[in-house]
Amino acid sequence: MITKNIIHGIFSDEVPLLEACKKLRSSGIRINEVYTPFPLHGIDPIIGVPRTRLAICAFIYGLIGLGLATLMMWYMMIHDWPNDIGGKPNWSYYFNIPAFIPISFEATVFCAAHGMALTYLLRCMLVPGAKAKNPDPRTTDDKFMIYLELNEEQSKKADEILRANGAEEINYKGTLVIEAKY
Amino acid sequence: MNTEKLNFVFPSKTKMASMLLMAVGLISIICMFVFDTNAEDHHYQHNRAWANIFAGSFYFMGIALASVFFLALQYAAESGWSTTIKRIIEATTTFLPYGLSFLLLIFIFGQLHMNTIYPWMTEGVDDVASPNYDKVIAGKIGYFGVFWWIRTILYMVSWVLFSWKLRKNSSEADALGQEDSKGFHWKNIKLSAYFLVLFAYTSSTAAWDWLMSIDTHWFSTMMGWYVFSGMWVSSMITVTILVVWLKKLGYLDFVTESTVHDIGKWMFAISFLWAYLYFSQFMLIWYADIPEEVVYYKTRWESYKALMWTVFFVNFAFPMIMLMSRDSKRNFFFLIFVGAIIFVGHYLDMIMIVMPGTVGHNWTGLSWMEVGTFFFFLGLFIYVVLTNLAKKPLLVKNHPFLSESLHHSY
Repeated sequence: MITKNIIHGIFSDEVPLLEACKKLRSSGIRINEVYTPFPLHGIDPIIGVPRTRLAICAFIYGLIGLGLATLMMWYMMIHDWPNDIGGKPNWSYYFNIPAFIPISFEATVFCAAHGMALTYLLRCMLVPGAKAKNPDPRTTDDKFMIYLELNEEQSKKADEILRANGAEEINYKGTLVIEAKY
Repeated sequence: MNTEKLNFVFPSKTKMASMLLMAVGLISIICMFVFDTNAEDHHYQHNRAWANIFAGSFYFMGIALASVFFLALQYAAESGWSTTIKRIIEATTTFLPYGLSFLLLIFIFGQLHMNTIYPWMTEGVDDVASPNYDKVIAGKIGYFGVFWWIRTILYMVSWVLFSWKLRKNSSEADALGQEDSKGFHWKNIKLSAYFLVLFAYTSSTAAWDWLMSIDTHWFSTMMGWYVFSGMWVSSMITVTILVVWLKKLGYLDFVTESTVHDIGKWMFAISFLWAYLYFSQFMLIWYADIPEEVVYYKTRWESYKALMWTVFFVNFAFPMIMLMSRDSKRNFFFLIFVGAIIFVGHYLDMIMIVMPGTVGHNWTGLSWMEVGTFFFFLGLFIYVVLTNLAKKPLLVKNHPFLSESLHHSY
């Protein structure tokens, strides 16, 4: 059984917060989460979040969109109901490619964008009826917060680092008991 | 900030290189007029030589012109990020009068019937009795002739005046204090707004008058935007390459990585605008299949097929794949590498616009003539731009958004 302290380090500016994050990480403390009122670009590598794989997903969704659009247009325009449009008999997909490019492009963008948004929402469990998980509502207004779960020894170290780097408040929000599984 | 490196000194090696380019180019231009003849066709008056000079001067004039547009855009949008690179954009606009003078000379020679770039300049083209009579051109002749010359002079004078005044206000603001100089900034915002309205009309009409009228029978409503987007992307490439090159030389340490990333984004985004317009023009004409429109692509398809596909794929697929990710837009090597290739790609695009209407089926593929002319204008462009860049400090002094730009980072 492990007992961990829940620590909220509150800052009023992003610059000292980033500095504190760097110090915490270099002394081997894991940062669970950072809550900020606006996105901080470039914070991910500082707090140890691995590089996002959303771009790979976007590429795959795009390919799916391209494939679906091609299949749809081939079935409608070539296979099922060929038309003669502007003197261009639709017996071949290849020779009519310029006409199909806008739809292929739109479908690629449509699937990539919607797929990315849905993946993001599901991965963060932001489904309808989801409860807000923000531990301190002030971080939606003008405060920045580092959220830590640490054991006794690390808590002392983190406390010192947070204080030294200009944390406005350090709140202890009780303990977390983790049952050893093995 | 490194204050010693605030004034650019034109490196003697680069000066030598640009002069060498000009010399090589000048020799090949002279050779071009000697060798570019056609014994079978007596209408052929060094067509390819003239078309090459026309393409070169229009391309580099376009870079300067789009830089004036971009500068005006920064003022009118009151954008802060670009303040640290404003002097570089201003320097590229200084080529405008040089490019326009070359164009004017070509037009004057054309009117004197010493070149045949514009079919409507041919003598007796609207005279039924003349052997040169052309019914289609005779119907449009009211738009050409004197009216065309009035418009041409109007574009040239107004563009040069606006670019000169924008630069002048910017340097006069430097000489004054923080408070007094604000007036000049407001003046430039107003001036930019007027210029953008003027440019919205003249960029399209100039493209019709100077480029579309080479194929006088043909017309396309996409042409103005297509030419404009080509100019714009070339200008963004030029600014990017200049900024990265100056940073490598140790100047511009105040330009943040995010600013470089932002011009990289412009280069990437406008490449797409260009590809979109290129494809739209092609697809609409291909789809409608009307003979008087299709004739434009028929010549290109028959004699310029390789060039046509190269231009499209180099200028579209290349930046798309290479500049998509955030990291590559912050990598100096990638920016220079991709920039240099699509810079040449857009020059080839200009050749593809000009050649089929002037040289037509006499085209034998790219040769030393195109390369030589490109070298001449590139050398001249480098010389003019860098000479003017050395005249002023690299950083503006009293711009209201200066501090924002110096701290630009994300």
